[in-house]
Amino acid sequence: MTTPSQTIGPFFHLCLTPQTDLGSLKGERIRLVCQILDGDGMPVNDAMIEIWQADAAGEHGGFGRQCTNEDGKCEFQTVKAGHVNVMIFARGLLKQLFTRIYFEGESSNASDPVLALVPEDRRGTLMARPNPEDSNLWNFEIRLCADSETVFFDV
Amino acid sequence: MSQNTYRRPAPTDQPPYLHPPYRSTVRRAPSRPLIFLPHTLSETSGPIFRPDTVGETENDLTRQHSGEPHGERIIVTGRVLDDNGHAVPQALVEIWQTNAAGRYRHAKDQHPAPLDPNFTGAGRTLTDEHGVYRFTTIRPGAYPWKNHHNAWRPAHIHFSLFGPAFCTRLITQMYFPGDPLLPFDPVLQSIPDEKGRQRLVAKFDLANTQPDWALGYQFNIVLRGRESTPFEK
Repeated sequence: MTTPSQTIGPFFHLCLTPQTDLGSLKGERIRLVCQILDGDGMPVNDAMIEIWQADAAGEHGGFGRQCTNEDGKCEFQTVKAGHVNVMIFARGLLKQLFTRIYFEGESSNASDPVLALVPEDRRGTLMARPNPEDSNLWNFEIRLCADSETVFFDV
Repeated sequence: MSQNTYRRPAPTDQPPYLHPPYRSTVRRAPSRPLIFLPHTLSETSGPIFRPDTVGETENDLTRQHSGEPHGERIIVTGRVLDDNGHAVPQALVEIWQTNAAGRYRHAKDQHPAPLDPNFTGAGRTLTDEHGVYRFTTIRPGAYPWKNHHNAWRPAHIHFSLFGPAFCTRLITQMYFPGDPLLPFDPVLQSIPDEKGRQRLVAKFDLANTQPDWALGYQFNIVLRGRESTPFEK
């Protein structure tokens, strides 16, 4: 039996130090801005997002973590990859949520086996979209609890 | 590929996302079913933390300032295992907690209890080759919160753990034996199985109690393990 999870609570900032640059990964460098909204569409300003991008061998990868600000946003410096693995921790989440970020317009999305598991009408919730004024800046919105909520995975 | 996938916890081992007695879950829990994700390298790999990630004294929360913090000095130690019973070495363990008066050193904590200039309340360490970790700290205090009328969180220490894979990541809380607030806490009581709740209550540990210095508590942690293969006992 595994140890049960408990919420991260609102006071983790004093310990869990941010790491926003995924550093040495090879690929096209981008800024990735994530925003979390709750069931009322209000920004979640006390969450922590962790991202992990494994390389093809799974031996090296880039890890980042960051807390959301008053707008529910946080930013990572990373590279554009097939997908980015995401975990969300927050007050009110008794265990983490798992999701993935894909990049809108990538040809590899069409053949991705995980995207294929997602009903077509919900795949859009897993897409980061480029900022119209800055193609290096990608935005990803996470909706926690709504009809239009982001797809979360049983991992 | 079964040797590379991790066993999934039974539904009663873990709390649900939606637990209305803990009010904040209501507007944050997903409302639609999760989609089952077969494990790939993305889930079975994860960040590796080298020994120099942590300073040697970061596991002693009583030695981070010029003076000693107020409160009852304690030693919290235990093993990190996977659910096959194997030790998890070199796991990063991070903890945070209130001071003895029940106050976090955090701008958003408005509980009118005193801050302690000699206590930050954050520590980190790596497990050794046997999966053992050890912290010296002070016993945290209970504090009120706004969840319901006269709501008080029992004293607890937050634990964050990285195991070998992204999918073994665990954040939890350790509680103290005999705390009268435990039955009234909707966070702990969100765990369906009584045995699961008991797993989060540390045991008083006379063997690790240091004479004339500090009380010992033992808190073992079990992370998800790999699914066994026909070649493994």
